[in-house]
Amino acid sequence: MKCQKCDRQATFHITDLIDGEPSELHLCEECAQAFLSPAQEQGQEMMPAMAGLLAQHLAVGETADELARLDQRACPVCGITFLQFRKQGRLGCPHDYVFFEKELEPLLVSIHDQTRHVGKVPKRCPHGADQQTQLIRLRREMKEAISAEEYEKASELRDQIRTIEASFREKTE
Amino acid sequence: MNLDDLASSSGEWLRGSGPESDIVISSRIRLARNLADFPFISRATDADRAEIERILHGRIDALREAGKAPAESLYLKVSDLPEVDRQFLVERQLISREHANSEGARAVVIDPAERFSVMINEEDHLRIQVMQSGLALAEAWEQINKLDDLIEEQVTYAFHERLGYLTACPTNVGTGVRVSVMLHLPALAITRQIEKVFKSLHKINLAVRGLYGEGSQATGDFYQISNQVTLGQTEEELAKKVADVVPVLIDYERQAREFLIRESQETLHDRVSRAFGILRTAQTITSEETMSLLSSVRMGINLGLIGELQIPTVNKLLIHTQPAHLQKLSGMELDSSDRNIERASYLRRHLNGDNKGSAANN
Ligand SMILES: [Zn+2]
Ligand SMILES: [Zn+2]
Repeated sequence: MKCQKCDRQATFHITDLIDGEPSELHLCEECAQAFLSPAQEQGQEMMPAMAGLLAQHLAVGETADELARLDQRACPVCGITFLQFRKQGRLGCPHDYVFFEKELEPLLVSIHDQTRHVGKVPKRCPHGADQQTQLIRLRREMKEAISAEEYEKASELRDQIRTIEASFREKTE
Repeated sequence: MNLDDLASSSGEWLRGSGPESDIVISSRIRLARNLADFPFISRATDADRAEIERILHGRIDALREAGKAPAESLYLKVSDLPEVDRQFLVERQLISREHANSEGARAVVIDPAERFSVMINEEDHLRIQVMQSGLALAEAWEQINKLDDLIEEQVTYAFHERLGYLTACPTNVGTGVRVSVMLHLPALAITRQIEKVFKSLHKINLAVRGLYGEGSQATGDFYQISNQVTLGQTEEELAKKVADVVPVLIDYERQAREFLIRESQETLHDRVSRAFGILRTAQTITSEETMSLLSSVRMGINLGLIGELQIPTVNKLLIHTQPAHLQKLSGMELDSSDRNIERASYLRRHLNGDNKGSAANN
């Protein structure tokens, strides 16, 4: 068999992945050497850095003013601001996916190329868990009330939390 | 069952059997899950974390009492463990490095045969993982799916109708699944084709990591291949995508091995024999050198160049010569130069023929 790149005898048979499809290459030693020698840049950056991705996508169509306003938006449940999310690359609570839905959309597209889950669905709460989300908010507000020494408000919140928790217990038992 | 028992044993996933186990060390699947009624870890207070850990501990005990989870599984509060024990669990791939080094209440549930582990309060409230020896992703998915169902009987997961399972990092949202296989690819490394392979994998959105996960160096020519996308495809599709590329990589590695035998058998045999020789006689040796030499020896066994050693022994040595393992096995705290001496002595004990009988133990 002849080398695919020159006329010499092919002694090196390589299965290369081209766009995920294995494809056969038949090369002479010299051409194989050139083909296989590692390229200059190292592919060390395994996961695209979240911060970079975000900056990239938020820069599009956002003026500095708009971005500053966006950064100040805070989730009503856990209190995380969009700026905090952009800095740490981690969200604060499940509700952030709802509250920052528009902002997260381009990010999800660039990571996953998709925006709709098609896999497994839990049996227990397939349509989301709004009441559970409220618990996160109530617990946070209770903590804030306590540190502001608003004890009456805190005890009202505590009662609300207990009511919701008790209703969960009934459902599971 | 305690941590010391675990140290002297070796996990199911290292047993060196299963399909294609000369090249595929293990198959792993992990699921990221969060409780619906708590903030994600980055916004959780110390009290929240302690409460999450307390709740999940209770639910897991309930599963054990109901006979749904193995009664002998180990529940460890990682936050209470000494550093050497946390490092030990990382070396054993039962917890992540992040889990070992982070703050606040956190725990891990470990199956004594190391077929699964569940991290509590890692980046997500729950990180469930299942391990299998060789190429066995379909089996791993079947098992983790069941384990996930069991846990879901006990708690309400954060889930969104359109976006699926909600995770702290948007890179995991949807299925929350990471499917990975650990491959031993020494011949691709020797023939300098490995970078090219990695580039092709990146092009189809598969990630390559070293032996110990994100950011770790690929030591001893061991590589983990896994999916990056988690949204918009089913778990089975994501597993299949990884499973489909593995036979190509195996074939690629086998061709490179055949090429080396055909073109430079003496050089290859020499490399393998020298590696074995050093491992059997060295008086002090680093972890990196050990990994790299064991990699050559492992390939040598697969090519029939070394007859007196078995793959499971090499797999075990790869893990047992890591720093925390050496300290657990010797029962001593050792600094790095003492570890190098202990490592060499451990290798001599296990690789020289006169000591075959005791190789199963310390
Ligand atoms: Zn040629
Ligand atoms: Zn939030």
